[in-house]
Amino acid sequence: MSYLLKPKVAHPSLPRNELGLTRRDYEGVMSTLCAGCGHDSITAAITEACWGLSLEPQNIVKLSGIGCSSKTTAYFVSGGHGFNSVHGRMPSIATGAYAANRELHYIGVSGDGDTLSIGLGQFCHAIRRNIKLLYIIENNGVYGLTKGQFSASADVGSKAKKGEANTQQPIDPVLTALSLGATFVARSFSGDKEQLVPLIQAGFNHKGFALIDVLSPCVTFNDHEGSTKSYVFTREHYHEAVHTDFVAPMKEITAQYPEGEVLPVTMHDGAQIRLRKIDRNYNPVDRPAAYEYIQRKMAEKEFLTGLLYVEPSQSDFHDLNDTPAGPLNQVPYEKLTPGSKGLQKILSRYR
Amino acid sequence: MKAKVKERDRDNDFVVKIATVNGTGSASANALLMKSIFRMGVPVMGKNYFPSNIQGLPTWYEIRVTKDGYVARSGRLDIMVAMNAETYVRDLKEVSTGGYLIYDSTWPRSALLQRDDITIIGVPLAKLCNENFEGVRSRILMKNISYVGVLAALLDIDLEKLKELLNETYASKASLIAANLKAIELGHRYTKENFACPLPFKVRPMDKTKGNIMIDGNTAAALGCVYAGATVGAWYPITPSTSLMDGFKSFCQKLRVDPETGKKNFMIIQAEDELAAIGIVLGASWNGARAFTPTSGPGISLMNEFLGLAYYAEVPAVIFNVQRVGPSTGMPTRTQQADIMLCAYASHGDTRHVLLFPANPQECFYQAVMAFDLAERLQTPVFVMSDLDIGMNDWMCPDLKWDDSYRPDRGKMLSLEEVLKLDKFFRFVDRDEDGITYRTLPGMHPKAAYFTRGSGHTQYGGYTEDSTEYQIVLDRLKRKFATAARMMPKAVFEQRGQFDVGIVAVGSSDGAVREALDILQARGVGVNYMRIRAFPFGKEVDDFLDEHEIIFVVEQNRDAQLRSLLTLETPVEKSKLRSILHYSGLSISSECIVNGVLAEVGEGRGRAIGAVS
Repeated sequence: MSYLLKPKVAHPSLPRNELGLTRRDYEGVMSTLCAGCGHDSITAAITEACWGLSLEPQNIVKLSGIGCSSKTTAYFVSGGHGFNSVHGRMPSIATGAYAANRELHYIGVSGDGDTLSIGLGQFCHAIRRNIKLLYIIENNGVYGLTKGQFSASADVGSKAKKGEANTQQPIDPVLTALSLGATFVARSFSGDKEQLVPLIQAGFNHKGFALIDVLSPCVTFNDHEGSTKSYVFTREHYHEAVHTDFVAPMKEITAQYPEGEVLPVTMHDGAQIRLRKIDRNYNPVDRPAAYEYIQRKMAEKEFLTGLLYVEPSQSDFHDLNDTPAGPLNQVPYEKLTPGSKGLQKILSRYR
Repeated sequence: MKAKVKERDRDNDFVVKIATVNGTGSASANALLMKSIFRMGVPVMGKNYFPSNIQGLPTWYEIRVTKDGYVARSGRLDIMVAMNAETYVRDLKEVSTGGYLIYDSTWPRSALLQRDDITIIGVPLAKLCNENFEGVRSRILMKNISYVGVLAALLDIDLEKLKELLNETYASKASLIAANLKAIELGHRYTKENFACPLPFKVRPMDKTKGNIMIDGNTAAALGCVYAGATVGAWYPITPSTSLMDGFKSFCQKLRVDPETGKKNFMIIQAEDELAAIGIVLGASWNGARAFTPTSGPGISLMNEFLGLAYYAEVPAVIFNVQRVGPSTGMPTRTQQADIMLCAYASHGDTRHVLLFPANPQECFYQAVMAFDLAERLQTPVFVMSDLDIGMNDWMCPDLKWDDSYRPDRGKMLSLEEVLKLDKFFRFVDRDEDGITYRTLPGMHPKAAYFTRGSGHTQYGGYTEDSTEYQIVLDRLKRKFATAARMMPKAVFEQRGQFDVGIVAVGSSDGAVREALDILQARGVGVNYMRIRAFPFGKEVDDFLDEHEIIFVVEQNRDAQLRSLLTLETPVEKSKLRSILHYSGLSISSECIVNGVLAEVGEGRGRAIGAVS
């Protein structure tokens, strides 16, 4: 048995979004991951976020590389095209896809091996290009499909299932992204759907590369004592620095926040995110300060979560390349060549 | 051919080679020289042998003036312009008996470095330039322009044509025109005053270049990409393919900027490496844009993983492989045809790819357009197997033609209306039984959505580890390749008679083979010729191999890769195929082929069935 189609019957009482679609319309095929896998919670959060945003399913483009995390793009929004490519190379597929059509919503799902080892180069360059891509790392510190080797995000001293301790320094995707000039950098935990859903919604609306590093414990190979990526350890050590609420464009803002603790940030399309500081010392719009604070907390074994850095208004890949407002793949052919007359003119230079 | 060569015979039929140091302005001098001969109506061939270096290493430029319009090297050398003291010894050695050597006599030449069987002409170019120009850089550059004047005098090249070209080249820099002209006149005057001009080899105006252009294959391929409607180009710079993307960029900047909005109807992405470059092409093609990448052997090596994905997940892609000398880094600025096997079977598992073999710049243009159509019709990568010789040298070729009724052939791409009419859309079901299935684009409709993957999949697009389901898809891909064989451009034949000897070649070997056929025929050896233009091979290839008893496979690599591919992919009896291999890094000459055939078949004996005159 390789995969199962979920029945698509929706109960009439299920809530519908602005498009009249239910959550079921944003689901994919049945997950084949281990029971209790953090990745499945992330899949659920993505489904919820897409439904909540009322995105047209066909406008969602799902991209991934190789690994447990990368399989999950089949498990949500079966009404959108998916491309499960090769290990660590999803960012280049995303770059090309986004170049061809800037109007769709691109979500890339990757893992810590896929992003920080084999795919580190492509990850960095996608950030540099600032393609409009919501990039989710399902980070569990371990290679699951090959049965438990450390990944590049494993912390020093973290123990493998068989007891071996990791000795190499980890690569932290959040700090890496900050240092590369990423304009939307978040961290979350698969067990905290309340935090994750608005982050995904904000990420979809960000004009540019949006990173969400989601700590997502591997129940089979990295959920034991001594691991710094287990459920128990993560729950004890993750610490929400900033809580994000996402308000879609044209929606009335109803929630009440204590004065002085909320930072409203308007996105390029008029949507708003409201950042509620939980940690009063934290400033999510000051890159060097954010970098320093996150790093210091990491040394204290505290993983700060939330939208850790955001810079909403800037130029994305298409702006930088000065391409038309519409999709490049729909420019009529007549506009692309000067025909036989134009050719004559061109050839005169070669006589 | 033993008859004494009359002076008259050598008009418009000789070879000049210029030895200089790279980065000293010799490229523009050589271009000027060649273009002026072209403008005199005389067919001309130019080959640039340059180092993988920015400045200071030896470089040569070979110009063949050929009234018969041959496009390959002849193997002969009549006039050597030896401007580089470092290579003087080997340059002197290379001149054919009866030829000439021109050198800068500013510095005395050792009496030992002489030859009795050639004429040596000394012109004090450095001295002349030092007396007439200020500044070190300017003196070096002008010294190289001044040899154009020397050759103009010796070969009777029209000074007016040179002036005309200088005016066009430096239209916006009047001071450069004056300086260049002065340098040319210095060389010209000195030569006229001191030597008998012209030489027995000279350029006599003809009318054989009308309706032709001088263009390099990379520029022509870039223009093909523009006309094919490519909008996304992704690449990582690599010699000798770089000028292809440079060309695309420059054409797009002129032709693709919307006059109303100022927006660019193209996107050029310089990737971090070739892995990303091909990934970008796949992403863009999958999403409905025509996308391509120019590269060379090392780039193809890096792209292998993605090429396998593109084959199995059926994503169109156009790859220009401007081949250079391997293995490994090899000799980046020398030419070879040594990536045939690499590209035919790129990536692990059972994969086979579509290859096109352009023989010259005009075919680079037409095959570039064809490559995009084939890639979309077949939903698979298509390689345009150019090489450094075609890609970076200026070739004389007939004017490129364009049919305004052309529209890109997107192949089996369903429209929204077609999708809505379907009960259910399945990406990999072979509805037409030709191995080619229907595809859709993201953004269409939830019903059109499918999941693309490099992992085992069923014809319905789902993941599978089931043997039967897996094999259904894999076997269909094989059928698709058989369909591809019927879509490829047919081989080109030169049937010279009822001969049982044949030559088979691909790509840039064409010119040398055609000239060799003439030479062989003059010696009583009748040979037929087939130039293969694509892989998978069509039936006509099998037929030609079947109809000939001895078949010389001419190719520019050590390991007889084309011969290997023929033995693997056609029913030909292996023993019939003889190899003529050339892999020095310089383009193949007719001489190499003539010698190869004669060694086997024997001069005058002929292998003709029936009479040969």
